[in-house]
Amino acid sequence: MGIHRITFTVNGEYEQVDVPSNMTLLQALRDKLALTGTKNGCSAGECGACTVIMNGEPINSCMILAVECEGADILTIEGLAKDGKLDPIQETIINRGGVQCGFCTPGILMSSRALLDRNADPSDEEIREALVGNLCRCTGYLRIIDAVKDAAQRERENA
Amino acid sequence: MAVNRVAVEKIPHPIGDSVQRIDAREKVTGAAIYADDFQFGPGLLYARILRSPIPHGIIKRVDVSRARALPGVKAIVTGEDFPGYIGLYLQDRFIFCRDRVRYVGDPIAGVAAISEEIAEKAISLIDYELEPLPGVFEPDFGASPDAPLIHPDLGKYEVMNFIFPEPGTNISNHFRIRKGDVDTAWKDCAAVVEREFRIPHIQHVPIETHVAVAKADEKGKVTLWGSSQSPFAQRNLIAKALGISQSDVDVIAPYVGGGFGCKAGVSMEALAVAIATKVKGRPVKLRLTREEEFYTAFVRQGLVARFKMGCDKDGKLLVMENKFYWSGGAYTEYGVNITRASGYSSTGPYNVPNVKTDSFCVYTNHPVGGPMRGFGMPEMHSGLEQCIDELAEKVSVDPVEFRKMNCIKTGDTIVTGMTMHPTGLSECITKAAEAIDWGKKNPASAPNKRRGKGIAIMWKAPAMPPNAGSSAWVEMNEDGTLTVAVGGQELGQGTFTVMAQMAAAAMGVPYDWVRIATPVNTDYSPYEWQTVASRLTWSMGNAVVNAALDARHQVLEMVAKSWNENLEDLDIIEGQVISYKSEESISLKNIVVYGIAKPNDQGWIGGPIVGRGNFMPSYVTGLDPETGQGPRAVVHYTTGAQAVEVEVDMDTGKVEIIQGVAAFDVGKAINPEMVKAQMEGGFVQGVSTALFEEMKLKQGILTNPSFVDYRIATSSDAPKKIDAIIVEYPQDDGPWGARGIGEHALVPTIPAIANAIYDAIGLRPGNPPYLSEKIYLLMQEAGLVS
Repeated sequence: MGIHRITFTVNGEYEQVDVPSNMTLLQALRDKLALTGTKNGCSAGECGACTVIMNGEPINSCMILAVECEGADILTIEGLAKDGKLDPIQETIINRGGVQCGFCTPGILMSSRALLDRNADPSDEEIREALVGNLCRCTGYLRIIDAVKDAAQRERENA
Repeated sequence: MAVNRVAVEKIPHPIGDSVQRIDAREKVTGAAIYADDFQFGPGLLYARILRSPIPHGIIKRVDVSRARALPGVKAIVTGEDFPGYIGLYLQDRFIFCRDRVRYVGDPIAGVAAISEEIAEKAISLIDYELEPLPGVFEPDFGASPDAPLIHPDLGKYEVMNFIFPEPGTNISNHFRIRKGDVDTAWKDCAAVVEREFRIPHIQHVPIETHVAVAKADEKGKVTLWGSSQSPFAQRNLIAKALGISQSDVDVIAPYVGGGFGCKAGVSMEALAVAIATKVKGRPVKLRLTREEEFYTAFVRQGLVARFKMGCDKDGKLLVMENKFYWSGGAYTEYGVNITRASGYSSTGPYNVPNVKTDSFCVYTNHPVGGPMRGFGMPEMHSGLEQCIDELAEKVSVDPVEFRKMNCIKTGDTIVTGMTMHPTGLSECITKAAEAIDWGKKNPASAPNKRRGKGIAIMWKAPAMPPNAGSSAWVEMNEDGTLTVAVGGQELGQGTFTVMAQMAAAAMGVPYDWVRIATPVNTDYSPYEWQTVASRLTWSMGNAVVNAALDARHQVLEMVAKSWNENLEDLDIIEGQVISYKSEESISLKNIVVYGIAKPNDQGWIGGPIVGRGNFMPSYVTGLDPETGQGPRAVVHYTTGAQAVEVEVDMDTGKVEIIQGVAAFDVGKAINPEMVKAQMEGGFVQGVSTALFEEMKLKQGILTNPSFVDYRIATSSDAPKKIDAIIVEYPQDDGPWGARGIGEHALVPTIPAIANAIYDAIGLRPGNPPYLSEKIYLLMQEAGLVS
């Protein structure tokens, strides 16, 4: 199996890693860059725990090969807070009590961030739809949905 | 050790305050560490498991020689290597199968290799031969004399003294209730309902699958890093199975990415440890794939339940006769106690004078049954609460009124003969009915839809050995802050936050002065039986309070000596020791480690402060094996009610949850918002089990082991609104009156929805899940739709 050198941007930093052809972006982030905040829940693109933002789009990082990321711009949960200041969605999910075990939380936050980036005022239905691929077994979703609404409102007020 | 009962009348901050979760910031930034996140470097080996492809068979031959020859393979183990039994209540399990396989997925051999690919390849090179045996797939058949025996050695297994196996059968526990006179009571009944329910196996589905990394060293020490609800139970059972000392096993358990019971006791962790003992010095990682998680992790036991119950013409419950056949799966080392718990709670939360219950744990050639959120109660209540609705209708009593009339009240004699402690169940029913606007039918959202409302109530006690213990210590730091060490686990339920609140309140410091020593490490953390049974707020909470009070006492003694004052005149408020008499004050900062200098450089008083505390219930008694009667079967019951409004689509059979209400008596809500979060999350998990979830097993083979084929509730399935209502009737031995709430929140959800479906379409849906096609076919059969 061939080894490939890829260069890409992760959380604003230039990174270079050597990966086998069959390594996923999820494995590269976790095993090559020790960015373990992105979680592996199914390795099959079904649970959303591994969601990251790639070139502005939320994607399941278990479904993308690392070699496909040459030159890409990747944002992971570790890059969401800037200079120690939490992103609004991180703050509102805490305030709303939308975190329990926390394993789905990174994926939920990345899907939510991507939604807010393309839609500053999402409806309840649009939020539910944006999160439908992010399974959560603890919270029952309602506090997460409220947190996304709060974050949207806060960002509109500060825009 | 001084045990000071904290007074219920005096509620100090931050008890009852919805403080921010102590783990929130690390969990939203990706900093929180879970078992799969530990970095082990290039020495790490990867394990894979050869699993039985058939549900029942004799192992004729296992030849690992070709696999062993594969470059990169470091160890291969089979059942031959590990003769010891393992199990929590009944030791009926080998680590790897030795003589026979009993379910599809039963481990036959394990491989450790330098990569997952090589380990996988090695598994495929193992040559083995199984001779198939006839299987048992239904528990009622399994309990019959015609069923093939799954555990011929049942009579030889070690078992706890409150579990009653019947050797020579597949029955690994038989729990009985004989109370009053059932046979004559039927004559006084104006109405009787008799029904059978078949509740399917479901899976826990934590988003984090099981992960274990094990390492054995040359000294004989075993270290296990795992996603675990039970670090101490794992230490104990693994040590026993390997024939080593408990203190030679160290279990390190970081945050758990969802447990719901499947990470309690010991399961796949023992496989990783067993393999690691053959490659000393090298960590071995075993991580279940999502597919493996579905059929090899503990599943919720299946249940065949037969209820017969009767009441008089006014609706007063007179008698119940219940038979439960639990599908325990291939091994019932844990499941035997689910059978017991459902037996001693078999009337549901009702006052019934005449009761006969037989609850059987039955071996089947299904995945291994184990604890799941509710521990038998959701399965049992699913049928029981539908029967109650039907019985109420037969005597023309409103379902809410029927429940108010018959529900367990403070001081009642319950099914086991125990006297019921103060309980707010009646208030829960009243509040749930009010919140759902009971009795008022709302118009449907479209002409092809019908609305309905339903209610169900519940009770559940922590199910555990009578002497399950907790311990804690509180260490004070130079800056006056507290480090609280516990052996219970943070699974998402919020226990670390609640422990920090309790320690802060008992000590007299602000909440943000408290840290929890993580991860739990059995070498350093104080003992905790297991993080199960919704017992931590109450049990571990008591231990933490006692430890904090012990530390507080040490501080006050030191200051009293320094100031030459009486202890009773001193207090700690917001991290300051104050005297009500002299009006002196001093900050905890500095004095709690370095002590206080005597005047004129004449020496020092005090020293580093470490408080210790424990808790163990001492009052739980045994039950008569013939009658199930005894003074105190359990520590306490948490009770509650749920009400729902549903809308049924007559064109598709789809059931939509319009609104949910949950009201539970939690004794005292230490953190009200987190209590509500448990009620909401539990409700949606309950909705998921009611509408979607079922392990589809065909001759023991799971046909839907993926999220595509085994659907759980998503963001679009959550109801628009859930009202969570807290009711507080204090628990006499709970910290500030608190008792648990984690599991209870999904216990009544299935029957509440079933009763609402009946209200909407006039048909009782019976066995879950209430899939669209099932409801549609039900309506078609009844001629409701063509």
